[in-house]
Amino acid sequence: MTTDQLLSLYRTLFTIRLFEQSCIQLYREGLVHGYLHPYLGEEAIATGVCAALGPDDYIVSTHRGHGHCIARGGQIERMVAEIIGKETGYCRGFGGSMHIADMETGNLGANGIVGAGIPIGVGAALGATIREEERVCVVFTSDGAANHGTFGEALNLAAIWNLPLILVVENNQFAVSTPIDKSSRVADLYRRGEGYGVHSVAIDGNDVVEVLHEAQQSRQRCLDGDGPVLIEAKTYRQAGHHVNDPGSYMPADQVAHYKAHDPLLVCRRHLTESGADPSQADAIEAEVHTAMDAAVTFARDSPEPSVEDFLQFVHDAAGGSR
Amino acid sequence: MTTRDLLYRDALNEALHEAMDLDPTVFCIGVGIAERGGSYKVTDGLLAKYGPKRVIDTPIAEASVVGTGVGAAITGMRPVVEILFVDFSLLVMDQLVNQAAKLHLMTGGQGSVPLVLRTQGGVGDGVAAQHSQSLEALFYHIPGLKLVMPSTPYDAKGLLRAAIADDGPVIFIEHKLLYMTQGPVPEEEYVVELGSADTKRTGRDCTLIAWSNMIPRSLEAAELLSAEGLEVEVIDPRTLVPFDHATVLESVRRTEHVVIVQEAVRRGGIASDIASVIQAEAFDYLDAPIEIVAGLDTPVPYSRPLEQACIPQVEDIVAGVKRAVYS
Repeated sequence: MTTDQLLSLYRTLFTIRLFEQSCIQLYREGLVHGYLHPYLGEEAIATGVCAALGPDDYIVSTHRGHGHCIARGGQIERMVAEIIGKETGYCRGFGGSMHIADMETGNLGANGIVGAGIPIGVGAALGATIREEERVCVVFTSDGAANHGTFGEALNLAAIWNLPLILVVENNQFAVSTPIDKSSRVADLYRRGEGYGVHSVAIDGNDVVEVLHEAQQSRQRCLDGDGPVLIEAKTYRQAGHHVNDPGSYMPADQVAHYKAHDPLLVCRRHLTESGADPSQADAIEAEVHTAMDAAVTFARDSPEPSVEDFLQFVHDAAGGSR
Repeated sequence: MTTRDLLYRDALNEALHEAMDLDPTVFCIGVGIAERGGSYKVTDGLLAKYGPKRVIDTPIAEASVVGTGVGAAITGMRPVVEILFVDFSLLVMDQLVNQAAKLHLMTGGQGSVPLVLRTQGGVGDGVAAQHSQSLEALFYHIPGLKLVMPSTPYDAKGLLRAAIADDGPVIFIEHKLLYMTQGPVPEEEYVVELGSADTKRTGRDCTLIAWSNMIPRSLEAAELLSAEGLEVEVIDPRTLVPFDHATVLESVRRTEHVVIVQEAVRRGGIASDIASVIQAEAFDYLDAPIEIVAGLDTPVPYSRPLEQACIPQVEDIVAGVKRAVYS
């Protein structure tokens, strides 16, 4: 992998990191209401997977979805605007953090219901297959969702219909506050895919290069007509479940272990090995800071959605009747 | 317009054939709908004509099959998903209520879900509590879902065409006792617009509102009452969401008496909501309290006499009209 490619990945990783930190700051300022689930520590998964995708591919995201949207090419100013409920947000302020979608980049949306996105991704892949289009659908999901009925049902549907679906299980080791060993007797969740006849692998989800390589292979497999793939990306949620959860149940030694294996540090090591100068990554960070500041300013300055426009939207959606 | 008599199930089948002919994004998916042609033969012949890519048998995994429909719909397809019994739709409530009904709004209008969920409900031939329910009120309650319940072959065909063409999710509930009923259907293609009620019988003395299998039953009651000199106007809203209030209110202002008949249990039912609209919009015209004839608030029992005691019969409707008019 070239230094330029690595720097591009680093830019996405750092954008996600800074985006989440900035949103947490905005939350503390009282600008964000509702729930906000940071993707801190998991950035390499969205970054690596989306870097492997083609322009026509779909992704289905989760409640912890900011990273997916950014990695897929989302505009951070429209994301911040949505998260603080402004008219200029991706969803006109109707959705919020848990429901950001960006149909132009094939991002079919985050989802407030754990596990619900998996069959939706199956449907996107099925539709593409019916239309005989060369697309894959990536469904980001989680260890928490792996215990949901839709996980098994949808995996089975993807398998029997041989769909171009990549199910990315972000195993961040906590379902809200419940650790993985309390919710599954099998720590290696990828093994569940084998039971459905789905090609399944486990990878280091904190290593963006490893994620990218596996995603590229999985995508090719789908396009070759070899059916769905399950990728279990092992990672760690470096914060509580949502912005107001201090995560006091997370063992300190575990947190320390994964912070030492932080996706940004791992990527910087790859950069060093490729011969890059640390200042190159530093320069990217400075650029991202500038873009983030501009995004926050844009969102702050944007208008609130109007009640009249909202009521018109509702009226139109109902077909003009009550 | 040339018509011929068709069974309700065959009228639905024609609508599916026409819609699939017209639009390559329409596809049918569900348990036993392809090879078997559906339990009630509504999807018969589709597999042979359109092939396994567009006529898809599924495992028994209702939640994810509907979820699959949602995902296909937001990416440009028009799925017609069949759930064998409306009772099983309880397994798919997250996909219908939290996903299909909300995606258009949650995405700020970026996405839409042109999905039709076809299913059938109601008391039939003694199939007990988990296969006899009338659950339309659950869907009626959810903003973002449209709700269609046809009572005749003509309505079934025209409304299914409209439902498939609609850009939002539509719950289309057939009645298991109506599949083998017959009625005139035009040779030519046609669409029945969602939100247009149909007056199945005109009358001056009482407005009776009913839908689905309560329509033939109410028409039978109206015939008996006519022999006694009471002329009942029978209005079938055909679609409960959107609801054609104008047609109902116009009739109520003429007849000044109202009976609403629903097979579903009384508590929390759609009849109560219709009554609330009528009393708000036409209170001054009412000559008597609105009469609701509804199912008993109980799970449906297996025994035939008990089962029949739980849902409105012709004589219950006759009595209800008399209470409304003579009280």
